[in-house]
Amino acid sequence: MIGDVFAYLVFFAVIAGTYALACLGLNLQWGTTGLFNVGVAGFVAVGAYTSAILTSPPSPDRLGGLAWPIVAGWVGAAVAAGVAALAVGAVTLRLRHDYLAIATFGIAVTIQLLAMNLVPLTGGPFGIHGVPRPFTGVVASPLGRNVAYVALVGALVAAVYAALERLVASPWGRVLRGIREDEAAAAALGKSAAMFRLQAFVLGAMAMGLAGAVYAHFIGFVAPEDFLSILTFQVWTMLVVGGSGNNRGAIAGAFAVWALWSASGAALTAVLPQELQARSAALQTVLIGVVLAAVLLVRPRGLLGEATVVSRHARPK
Amino acid sequence: MIGLQDLANGVMLGATIGLGAVGLTLTYSILGFANFAHGELITGGAYAALTLLWLLTAAAGWGLGQWGALSFGGPFVVLLVVAMGLTAALALGLERALFRPLRRRGTMIGLVIASFGASLALRSLVAFAWGPEPHYFTREISMAREVLPGVRVTADQLFVLALTAALMVGLHRLLTRTTLGRAMRAMSENPALLAVTGIEPAAVARWTCVIGGSLAAVAGVLIGLTVQVRPLLGFDLLLPLFAAVILGGVGSVYGALAGSLIVGLAEALAVPLIGAEYRAAVAFLVLIAVLVLRPAGLTGARP
Repeated sequence: MIGDVFAYLVFFAVIAGTYALACLGLNLQWGTTGLFNVGVAGFVAVGAYTSAILTSPPSPDRLGGLAWPIVAGWVGAAVAAGVAALAVGAVTLRLRHDYLAIATFGIAVTIQLLAMNLVPLTGGPFGIHGVPRPFTGVVASPLGRNVAYVALVGALVAAVYAALERLVASPWGRVLRGIREDEAAAAALGKSAAMFRLQAFVLGAMAMGLAGAVYAHFIGFVAPEDFLSILTFQVWTMLVVGGSGNNRGAIAGAFAVWALWSASGAALTAVLPQELQARSAALQTVLIGVVLAAVLLVRPRGLLGEATVVSRHARPK
Repeated sequence: MIGLQDLANGVMLGATIGLGAVGLTLTYSILGFANFAHGELITGGAYAALTLLWLLTAAAGWGLGQWGALSFGGPFVVLLVVAMGLTAALALGLERALFRPLRRRGTMIGLVIASFGASLALRSLVAFAWGPEPHYFTREISMAREVLPGVRVTADQLFVLALTAALMVGLHRLLTRTTLGRAMRAMSENPALLAVTGIEPAAVARWTCVIGGSLAAVAGVLIGLTVQVRPLLGFDLLLPLFAAVILGGVGSVYGALAGSLIVGLAEALAVPLIGAEYRAAVAFLVLIAVLVLRPAGLTGARP
């Protein structure tokens, strides 16, 4: 019993950590820079599929299957998501901000479409199986492998967090916040808003791509239905609940909302009659939607909220 | 090979996109945000009419009726009108509970994510309540007849075209000839100045929701009649809707209609070339092309 609880907690922490990576990426885009990305699921999918294609063993019915090392797959995942963001961002970031929302929504739909139909590369609705799991052959027991994986995910989240904290506190990060608050003022100081926006957008998308790869190598396969718009919405809710503009908030939000999601799923399974079980995910979505709307209306700064001073030079001693 | 039939299909598709896009462009410019829940208003209209039909069939033995070559008659028009009312009420409910409080706080982008969430929640509710499987208004097959050499359309499709055209003329008269229409256009230009003239902006916002919701319901019911009713009906239209709205220039009714025809034609003409499974990507390509080449849209209304 205790063992089961521990095994579940490890599983929970891996998934929540994966969400935290994507949420940190979104925090750089939206929380810091004010970029409205409605295509989170698309960038996560690009990362997951890229790493799956690069690292899975060769297969006769599908292109890819390069059997590269996992690390190369993860780097490739971040790079591919970044390239996708570069392409969308270059077109839309100079326009009104809500056009970015619509364009990123479009790219997520298109990526979903490609994952579903580009069968020779993505395996279509069946996805790609046999994505290698790290620590296979090093750690014997499945639980041991999951424990090792949770440590790896924790280290990644910590590394991305530390890097983003540094970036946001740096002059570069202050320019991003400046652009978010008053683009004209930032431009008057000689900062190219479009360029800074593009950099933040690409970096954020790379974190999302990495999250996708981390997820794929934990579950062992990727399929199109893992990257529907519900994923985008979950990550957004995590950021809003945790506190937009605060990296610790992004991580806390990921764990809190994923806990709520898992608990509501378990509760619905226990309460709903058998014939409605298959539809219980729909009610979970409604619940998360209500939570998001409530936080937006009642406590828009979220659990932690944004610090008003980020520069270590300006902090009161 | 692209034939006249593909062109006809494109025009039909454009007409149904147009009903949704005109409502979306109005709410976009008058309420000032991209409403991602607009697709669910379309879905809502279709399910409202369908459920009403089920109820009336069970209670009073109603059918869809029969008008000449059409697959429906008077009862269907009743369903359509009631669905318009119910969907307008849904749009008003969203405005009252979610959008207006957020607009008061001045977080325009919070509105967009809230509408994204509302869209997902409504879609999930529909899937929960009615199930994921498609439903049909009628099991009867509507016979297509040759109207031009090589072009076959059903009487229902012609009805869709005629109704869309009539609604657009009506909407144009409303916007140009009535006080409400002038107030709506004024609100999209300058809400503060509108309030100075003694018109309540909140009332204009409500009427905008009613008009947008009613048109969305018509789109949903007509798609339900000519294709099928399913939970993703409106969501799958959202990308073509946005492409049409931006292509036409946000806020322009005729622009949205022209944009819808272009998107509809592009989708219908691309299907023989790239296959039906990539149809949704066509709207995305149109959208990106507009954003690169002419971000203000065809009418160039606003940057």
